[in-house]
Amino acid sequence: MKRAFARQDLGFRLVTGAVALSLVLLVVTIGWELARQSQLSIAKFGLSFWINDIWDPVSGEFGARPFIWGTLYSSVVALMLATPVALGIAIFLSELCPAWLRQPLTFLTELLAAIPSIVYGLWGIFVLVPAVRTLEASMPAALRQLPFFSGPPVGVGMLSAVLILAVMVIPFTSSVAREVLKAVPMSQREAAYALGATQWEAIRAALYYARTGIIGAIMLGFGRALGETMAVTMVIGNNPQISLSLFAPQYTMAAVLANEFTEAADELYLDALIEVGLVLFVITLIVNVASRLLIWRMNRTVTVRKIAPVVATPVGDAA
Amino acid sequence: MRSDWFRRGLSKVVVWLCALAVLLALVPLALVLFFVVTQGILSLNLDFFTNMPAPVGEAGGGMANSIMGTLLLIGMGALFAIPVGVISGIYAAEFAGSRLATAVQFAADTLNGVPSIVIGVFVYGIAVLPVKQFSAAAGGLALGVMMLPIITRTTEELLKLVPVSLREGALALGATRGWATFSVVLPAAAPGIITGIVLALARIAGETAPLLFTAFNNRFFSTRLDQPISSLTVQVFTYAISPYEEWHRQAWAGALVLVGLVLLCSILARYATRRLERLQTGH
Amino acid sequence: MKRSSKLFAALAGVVLLIGGAAAQTTINGAGATFPNPLYSKWFSEYNKLKQVQINYQPIGSGGGIRQLSNQTVFFGATDGPMTPEQMQQAPGKILHLPTVLGAVVPVYNLPGTQGEIKFNGPVLADIFLGKITKWNDPAIAKLNAGMQLPSTDITVVHRSDGSGTSYIWVDYLAKVSPEWLKKVGVNTSVNWPNGLGGKGNEGVAGLVQQTPGSLGYVELIYALQNKIAYGSVQNAEGEFVRATIQSVTAAAGAAVKNMPKDFRVSITNAPGKGVYPISSFTWLLLYENPKDKGQSKAMVDFVRWALTDGQKFAPDLGYAPLPAEVVKLEMEALNTIKVS
Repeated sequence: MKRAFARQDLGFRLVTGAVALSLVLLVVTIGWELARQSQLSIAKFGLSFWINDIWDPVSGEFGARPFIWGTLYSSVVALMLATPVALGIAIFLSELCPAWLRQPLTFLTELLAAIPSIVYGLWGIFVLVPAVRTLEASMPAALRQLPFFSGPPVGVGMLSAVLILAVMVIPFTSSVAREVLKAVPMSQREAAYALGATQWEAIRAALYYARTGIIGAIMLGFGRALGETMAVTMVIGNNPQISLSLFAPQYTMAAVLANEFTEAADELYLDALIEVGLVLFVITLIVNVASRLLIWRMNRTVTVRKIAPVVATPVGDAA
Repeated sequence: MRSDWFRRGLSKVVVWLCALAVLLALVPLALVLFFVVTQGILSLNLDFFTNMPAPVGEAGGGMANSIMGTLLLIGMGALFAIPVGVISGIYAAEFAGSRLATAVQFAADTLNGVPSIVIGVFVYGIAVLPVKQFSAAAGGLALGVMMLPIITRTTEELLKLVPVSLREGALALGATRGWATFSVVLPAAAPGIITGIVLALARIAGETAPLLFTAFNNRFFSTRLDQPISSLTVQVFTYAISPYEEWHRQAWAGALVLVGLVLLCSILARYATRRLERLQTGH
Repeated sequence: MKRSSKLFAALAGVVLLIGGAAAQTTINGAGATFPNPLYSKWFSEYNKLKQVQINYQPIGSGGGIRQLSNQTVFFGATDGPMTPEQMQQAPGKILHLPTVLGAVVPVYNLPGTQGEIKFNGPVLADIFLGKITKWNDPAIAKLNAGMQLPSTDITVVHRSDGSGTSYIWVDYLAKVSPEWLKKVGVNTSVNWPNGLGGKGNEGVAGLVQQTPGSLGYVELIYALQNKIAYGSVQNAEGEFVRATIQSVTAAAGAAVKNMPKDFRVSITNAPGKGVYPISSFTWLLLYENPKDKGQSKAMVDFVRWALTDGQKFAPDLGYAPLPAEVVKLEMEALNTIKVS
């Protein structure tokens, strides 16, 4: 009996492990393929690809720094805007919402995720960009002096891109965070209330309990922002320059890939574009490592393991 | 110890801020939906759902082939991604701390950041180029790959939140690890996992770039898996970048149908979730 | 539960049946976005005549060339001729067959001006190089005597994506401005000295429409359909010509005398009276000796139809038909394609 159980448990681990391994192998293969198909470009430029500013398909000179800047700047600022809103929504829908309002509001916030990115892009061009242009033009001169708001008010630029990205990221982060918060056992909150907590303090207890899930939700949103292509390229102005200004048209890695890939016809150009994809891949990896370290530091104080022990103890044995 | 008055005040402020967050999210939603509906509703007629695309100047064009194509592609993507994603999530949750589990988390989060066009190029390299054929199957694969990270991570995080007592209870009753997971823990986390699946579906239903190099597009009606197939997103994109007003109207109608489709999936998922919850808790 | 699974099976069966019944052989092609409206009209009309299904997708000229070289599609289409390197990389000899003509026009948004603005090549090049920055610059004013030009800054709008339209535009600029040729060059995608990038002709049109003081370039049909103001351009004879069906066809007529055998020629800045200087052919690309002879025959028959009966659909959609001399040369060239 014991051996049968142990075998079945091993089987469980092997089968699920095999599937998990295939997922990991898939991602490794993608990274591998990206590296393989950008050989020409890596050989020619090496590390200078990451720090050069010139992107010239005619003379065959490629540097990806403006795109790296654009991607990171737009994603980070979008995340800064979207995360508080998304968490606020998640908290509201899981804790504070009156029951009759819950279903319709949940439905509506998920609707944001249902809108195709190209529709966001088109709405961006026709509605958001003119509004942003008006906003930029009416900004008081005092604020215009700041590097964040300098430059002519064109409308297309980092600000429009950041706003659209934030709107697209919100439903992902909020939906996952909401489910995570719902899964926190009532006992956690009840314990907090029993100790005299206010509503917010009880919510904080739940947030703390679910913190790895919350961080997972934020990372999902960040990944979404890093990889978003269509909507961004329609409103960001597509100008490869590095600028702190939110008004300035800039360029992201995903956008340049989408714009130039179908037309690129010579080998070096193609390889350079694929190397841009590789750079994005590597950056995403680095960001993940950083957030993983953050979680590790947060968990160091936790002594209670929240999951079942790794080794199964079949019935009949002393636990 | 902060004063009671401060703590209570802070709590009230936070509650109102959260409500404000919801309103803040609803504003762009209303704006975009309003835009799509007003642009697209007038072009929605029976022809739209039953006819193939027509050239400029001819009336009665439709997107029947695109609607069918999108349904097929999403279906194939889900068929691939749901088992792989959920099972990978199960491994990452049950055997958390092992090297493979950490690798799964890394892989999923990294995959999530890969632009859709890169995934399209990747699948082009492995599924289209070797056979020199664009195909619906390749398109389904590309979409499935994009769904994986969301499903995997959501499954993993939610399984981890299922109370240990539930799992230990099942084990105490004599279940094997596998049995405990599939019959007790997974159903407990099911509503959240379904939300993750719906999110993933919503994400891929709106994607164009990965399909351009895999499923290509098809003016004609086709359900063959080894031939190019049409999809709402690619067709909408093709119309949207054209100069003709009537094609633009068709594009908006297509966008509206697409949003409606994802909505339908979301509603169905909610319904399934509620029935599941009712079965489990008895009310 | 059993009932719904039976229903699903029935539905699946119906779908596969319909799909199976409709599965004729489809010829797949890919390439330039510019001629897509005309090509979709052509393929639709031809389908009514001959029950041949031709599935063309506008993924871009370069994309078409690549997919054709990879043999994932049967034919390609491009606004810019293939380079010698590209032709070498293809697994077989590829023929360029001009199908129709198009024009790229300078579109602008300048509130407060009446009537069209006149441009010439050097001025356009200097604007796109960033050397001319205001609308009332003396160089522009000289061409437009009698017009009050405001002192607004010029916002340049170009394509962010690689495109045949861009190719035609920079090809023209390189011919009229040695500085452009040296500094920027000619390609479907270049390192633009300044300006905003719009995605697609539609993106550029949209940006120009919304940005006061902007100047961009789009295919003629986009300017017409979106009702954007576009200027006239001085041609090689010194005349200021607006892009029309006639002035574009005239550009091809001038090139007939020196037409190379493979039709790979640029007709920007063509000599002749009444010629619009920023015109171009758009080509269909076919293998001379493809494996599938059945599809080859079908495509050759189609091209013959397109060059004759098909041309009458062009003007309504904003394209200029080919001059008769070019059609004659092409019919001969088509005979070299192996159809059996």
